[in-house]
Amino acid sequence: MMGWAEMNEASSYVDLPVVGKPLRRIDGPLKVSGSARYASDFSFPEMVYAVPVCATVARAHIAAIDTAAAEAMAGVRKIYTRQNIGKFYRVSKASKAKIDEARPPLDDDEVRYYGQYVALVIADTFEQATAAARAVQVRYTNVQAPLVSARLDSDKPPETETERGDPDASYEKAAVKVDHTYSTPVETHNPIELHASVALWDGTRFTLYETTQAVMNFRAVMAQMLGVPTDSVRVITEYLGSGFGGKLWPWTQALLAAAAARDLKRPVKLVVDRQMMFHNVGHRPSTQQRIRLGADASGKLTSLRQDYLYQRASLAEYKEDCGEATGFMYSTPDLRVTSAYAERSVGPATSMRGPGAVPGLYALESAMDELAVALNMDPIALRLHNEPQIDEKENIPFSSRHLKECLTRGAEVFGWSRRQAKVGSMRDGDAILGWGVAACSWIAERFAAEVAVTLQADGSVRVASATQDIGTGTYTVIAQMAAGLAGVDVEKVKVVIGDSSLPPGPWSGGSMATGSMVPVLIQAIEQAGGQLVQIAAEEGKRFNGAKADQLAFTRGRIHRRDQDPSSGVSFSELLQEAKTGHVEGHGKAEGTFGQKKKTHSTHSFGAHFVEVKWQPELARLRVQRVLTVIDAGRIVNPLTGQNQIEGAVVMGIGMAMFEETHYEPRTGMAVNSNLADYIMTSHADMPPDMQVIFLDYPDTKVNAMGVRGIGEIGLAGIAAAIANAAYHATGVRVRDLPIRIEDLLSESRNG
Amino acid sequence: MQAFTYTRAKSIDHAIETSARASTAQQGAEIRFVAGGTTLIDLMKLDVERPVQVIDINRLPLSTIERDADGGYRIGALVRNADLANHPQIRQAYPVLSQALLSGASGQLRNMATTSGNLLQRTRCVYFRDVHSACNKRSPGSGCAALEGYHRNLAILGGSEHCIATNPSDMNVALMALGATVAIQGPKGKRDVPLADFFLLPGDTPQRETVMEPGDLITHVRLARAQPQAKSLYLKLRDRASYEFALASVAIVVGLEGGRIRDAAIAMGGVGTRPWRSAAAEQVLRDSAPGPAVFQKAAQAFLADAKPHPGNQFKLELARRCLLKALGDVTTTA
Repeated sequence: MMGWAEMNEASSYVDLPVVGKPLRRIDGPLKVSGSARYASDFSFPEMVYAVPVCATVARAHIAAIDTAAAEAMAGVRKIYTRQNIGKFYRVSKASKAKIDEARPPLDDDEVRYYGQYVALVIADTFEQATAAARAVQVRYTNVQAPLVSARLDSDKPPETETERGDPDASYEKAAVKVDHTYSTPVETHNPIELHASVALWDGTRFTLYETTQAVMNFRAVMAQMLGVPTDSVRVITEYLGSGFGGKLWPWTQALLAAAAARDLKRPVKLVVDRQMMFHNVGHRPSTQQRIRLGADASGKLTSLRQDYLYQRASLAEYKEDCGEATGFMYSTPDLRVTSAYAERSVGPATSMRGPGAVPGLYALESAMDELAVALNMDPIALRLHNEPQIDEKENIPFSSRHLKECLTRGAEVFGWSRRQAKVGSMRDGDAILGWGVAACSWIAERFAAEVAVTLQADGSVRVASATQDIGTGTYTVIAQMAAGLAGVDVEKVKVVIGDSSLPPGPWSGGSMATGSMVPVLIQAIEQAGGQLVQIAAEEGKRFNGAKADQLAFTRGRIHRRDQDPSSGVSFSELLQEAKTGHVEGHGKAEGTFGQKKKTHSTHSFGAHFVEVKWQPELARLRVQRVLTVIDAGRIVNPLTGQNQIEGAVVMGIGMAMFEETHYEPRTGMAVNSNLADYIMTSHADMPPDMQVIFLDYPDTKVNAMGVRGIGEIGLAGIAAAIANAAYHATGVRVRDLPIRIEDLLSESRNG
Repeated sequence: MQAFTYTRAKSIDHAIETSARASTAQQGAEIRFVAGGTTLIDLMKLDVERPVQVIDINRLPLSTIERDADGGYRIGALVRNADLANHPQIRQAYPVLSQALLSGASGQLRNMATTSGNLLQRTRCVYFRDVHSACNKRSPGSGCAALEGYHRNLAILGGSEHCIATNPSDMNVALMALGATVAIQGPKGKRDVPLADFFLLPGDTPQRETVMEPGDLITHVRLARAQPQAKSLYLKLRDRASYEFALASVAIVVGLEGGRIRDAAIAMGGVGTRPWRSAAAEQVLRDSAPGPAVFQKAAQAFLADAKPHPGNQFKLELARRCLLKALGDVTTTA
């Protein structure tokens, strides 16, 4: 057992009890019993329902909106258009509040994408409002063909994002070259919980029940756009039925609901339906990436270029940062990444799980596989051969990079040495097996955070912070960390989050919420501990008149500084003796995300190993086996952690093989805007054999517990690993996702 | 969804009498029967179906599976897909039907969907389901947006310049191969319609999908006695492993005798504007020795008249592989 002195050192936060234990979600019973409340579950007396009227063209001028017929329908209370919705303001960039669709809803008479809100119907029931919304007649003029072509050409000259050496010259001289273009389609976020807003107005204050990954940002945006003081807006998100990035920033339906609630002085509920989800609340934009790799005969990279294009909506500047990981993944003296965009008449894009890195690493890790084939070299050996010593983009050391071990450990467990390199040479009965590998990476940073922790006389601990549980297990991991720090059982910790009236917590994005909570939890609990030490000193009796500086607080116990914590007293006993209800400590920390000056490159890494089964007689490709090895620092909860990686792998199967939003070329409508026609991975597509290994090396450069994030990294690289395996099985190299039946049919023949 | 009156049918006669007032029996009519509701309610929410009156037939006594005197089966119109698929005698005598049903939809949908509702299941063409798009089936004369649009899942057989919508059902494909008969009761009495004659080609009236007339109620589906030596199989190809309509599927029933194919019935799904049977392909197989050469010839015959469009060109090859694989499997595992 560790002595208390050692435990007080910073490194001791890495080995707290409870942290690292595979606990089940503490909110699990609430969810399976239906008692966890999601945004649209909230209902109030006098509440009315709002249903938007959506544009059925993508580019046009609204000449007239005829609401007469709809207004006469049963239950209809009011119909809003630009004329009567009232004033919305714009978010100032200086405020740092974030919204992708900056244009307020119903702001002008121009339609810029199919599905754009053009009016809003309020009625007593959802059904009445839906029927009336259909009866609103919108007359358009100047209807133009939408720009929705999937093929991208840049609107402006490309910008250089990172550059070193002379990649053009070294490419020309390279012994082995790869030059291919990879594309990824528009993918639509389809969390099972629809976007929804329930807005209340009491005459001076809004209370907004929302499904958001960032209640604090939501509040900041709504206050600005509604033109009310920030303290007049309260945003509540007790639970999310996930978001995948689509719920990071507010969408305009929340403004419509709030404006209607203020005008009608009644609670308003607005649920964004599944079809609207395909137009009005973001998507991952399509990308087209040309990758050129040059290598010497040994496989050492000499030149790496990535020139990528992404689709951009006319109403939002969202950029898909495909070069996010390119600069530091591999060692190469010469490298350049450029980007450009092509504007399209679609609703605004936004972050989707692993934005930038996920499409970017699909392209890079596919090209690395093609380079291995060109070199006749094992793809793992190629990656190991190009492992960098430092982050060559920033010229700083990595805080903790174990990609080599991810690759070698994974190879061993997967049985990679049994792989036969020749395409189509591995068999399972009549079926052909393909094995593929790809590496992955994701940023590891912290957001600004605050927390209040109360240690209570009954031995319980309350943690309060305006962060959210997107479904990943934030309630549980915060409870684990607090329990470890306060020396109590997890059951004794009550976590209160998802409410903007709490101390400002981190966004649930960028895989950073958990790591962002670490320094503030430590600070808050130690501050509370400091108060307990003072109480003990003032009480006097318990420690025979010891002064405060002779006492210490360690893992929930107050004790003499020169003695072991076990000699002291628990905070609950002390509080009871002192007849004090509780002590409350606060923690506040700046974020590291976006800071310019860095001493270390902080990223997580990993490797995916995939086996696909190819049955040419059925043109059937299925993922059979996936092993993922992840280096993401200290894992707070291996059970929820494994769940994150497995979920990402399952989503990655969809990215690789199924998901694609099709825009109708004449109208700009997403034609497959439902869960039957937008194909995502079903349970039956999950690999029968899925395994996750965490290396579990604490990264104390990120925070004292060594915790990085795990929500997104699992989706990076997996599509490349599947595409590489598909090539190994079929000999067909698909460079335009998803890998469709027709792609595999076109080149392979049934024997 | 527009407002409608709800009527619970008290009897078969009451149902027929009430619905006979409709101007058409076709889907899209102003008076509609509802059974499981898995298609109708969905389409009513989309405003594609806008009935003014809905007659609930769920309490009519049409929920049993009975053995006929001749050894066949009478399947009640209201027998749920899940019950039909899992019925021991059906599984044993007509495995192709059970397999087809279980390959469709999801467990929850199969618990609700009925035999007659599945027969009348409507297409998944995205333009049919969007009231703002041109669609001759939904809105006759408005045009067909699919021809020049998104038609990956649409038909390569039986289409016209007015419509290439696919019949999406799996069950119908199996029933077509089994030569099922639809028992209909209407204002003029009862009649039996062979399934092969039940579905209409779109031609220039794609809004007419079946031979049903106003007041007609499907009461049963009849299956002839299964031949003792017959082997059957349903094979469905699609992007993902579950919960997706077929890109190509095939139902095969073969009679084998002394190592030869005595007769064969083949129907395909996902490729035709109705569940597609090919007399020419069956003729190729009749009284032949099973093997790759004859299977190839049968597949060629089956798909000879196919007219793919740019977005579903691949279905020709996919359908071919589907047929070859199923023919191989059904004759070797026999």
